[in-house]
Amino acid sequence: MWRLVWVLSFSDIKMRYRGSVLGPFWLSLSTGVQVAGMGFVYSYLFKINMTIYLPYLALSIIFWGYLCAIINDGCVCFTQSDYLIRGTRIPFSVYAARNIIKNTIVLAHNAIVVVLAFAIMKFHIGLFSLYSILAFLLWIITGFFLSLLCGAICARFRDVTQIIASVMQIAFFVTPIMWMANGLRASEKAQFVLTYNPFYYMLEVLRSPIMEGSMEVHIVVVSVCISLVIVAVSFVTFARTRGRIAFWI
Amino acid sequence: MMTFLDVSDVSIDFPLYHSDSRSLKKTLLKTTSSRFSSGPKNRTNLLALRDISFSLKPDDRLGLVGSNGAGKTTLLRTLSGIYQPNKGVITIDGQVTALLDPNQGMNMELTGRENIFLRACFLGLSKQEAAHFKEDVINFSGLNEFIELPIRSYSSGMVVRLGFAMATAFAPEILLMDEWILAGDAAFLSKAKKRVETMVSAAKILVLASHSTAILEQWCNRLIWLENGVIKMDGSIEDVFKAYLPP
Repeated sequence: MWRLVWVLSFSDIKMRYRGSVLGPFWLSLSTGVQVAGMGFVYSYLFKINMTIYLPYLALSIIFWGYLCAIINDGCVCFTQSDYLIRGTRIPFSVYAARNIIKNTIVLAHNAIVVVLAFAIMKFHIGLFSLYSILAFLLWIITGFFLSLLCGAICARFRDVTQIIASVMQIAFFVTPIMWMANGLRASEKAQFVLTYNPFYYMLEVLRSPIMEGSMEVHIVVVSVCISLVIVAVSFVTFARTRGRIAFWI
Repeated sequence: MMTFLDVSDVSIDFPLYHSDSRSLKKTLLKTTSSRFSSGPKNRTNLLALRDISFSLKPDDRLGLVGSNGAGKTTLLRTLSGIYQPNKGVITIDGQVTALLDPNQGMNMELTGRENIFLRACFLGLSKQEAAHFKEDVINFSGLNEFIELPIRSYSSGMVVRLGFAMATAFAPEILLMDEWILAGDAAFLSKAKKRVETMVSAAKILVLASHSTAILEQWCNRLIWLENGVIKMDGSIEDVFKAYLPP
């Protein structure tokens, strides 16, 4: 089963870049150009020191891209494989796992940009950043269940795919990705953008061990709670809909 | 354990959520038959299968006949476990292979060889079995150097040949087959027939949907005539054909 997931995910990547010279390294290159361009402009606009801002931006953009891709691709993980679902009988979890593996491969290519940004700016990371491995596991588990959930809902209600895509676009601006959270700390009112933003907690739990070398307890608690809710909702929804998905796609 | 396949009282409802226009839906509802019902919340449901019951034991060779859209393929998909029935139970003992779709699981962008490898993964073959499978498929399909090209560039006949070669590489205990299996060019057909015959005779139970009288007569010993999702007749080849075929 694992081999099937692996082969399917790998062929997804291979197919997308077949015939191009750089292949999947186009991913790294385009992300690199984006980070470099944005880093230059926004560090000037926000008046933040480039040596801190560029590593921060590279890390944030890449994790956000990963999260976004998992959610958006998760929405179509069943509808896109309709020919497989109608032709052979394999568990639906294969498609969700394929979504995670595929995007993790993309993430691995993008990681080059982070390493470069950190190296160029001589940004030191401590041993504490190893905690982000745990956070990453949390992401993968949550992402898997989220793919099952979104895939099932979007197979039934096709509009949801578009709704989620636009929500993700708005979330990009209200989550500290381009800007830094401490810029908001001064204003009580603006704080609510962080307090009620699930993406903030999920991103921070992965990012702060690397960037700040520390983790706030309430961030960890909230992000684990968010994951538990997603897993529970997904479990219930998927158990109720799995028999119908083949009819919906 | 004896291989068997038992279907009792199975019904399948096809929800038509994404039918392209509401007016079409309404027209369909107005003009046609009892096969479209309005479900709760005003949804259109297609009653694809209604109260299907039959049971098969080893050496049963069941043929499915009926006009287009009678529910033959839906029944095969239900037997293979792709569709879950809304009502009724299917009990199966034995390993099932369903050959429903010529390019089942084939990816048009990948090369022939990569697709064979992908299928080996679908089937969960070990490395050694996979190598054997690959060799067998490449030899049988006779695609030669095309095996290294993406399937997108194949002619439709070549796609069928590759699909056929992959589908018929193993003899399962229970074989579910749709009629596409016998499409192909004339030279290939005789070769294909021999291969299917070996496979069919090795399978303990066969369910075959086809329009071809000759093939059904040759391979089956029992026929079910489906009409509008209902079993219209179930019996021996002679009896059903007498009623089914226009005199």
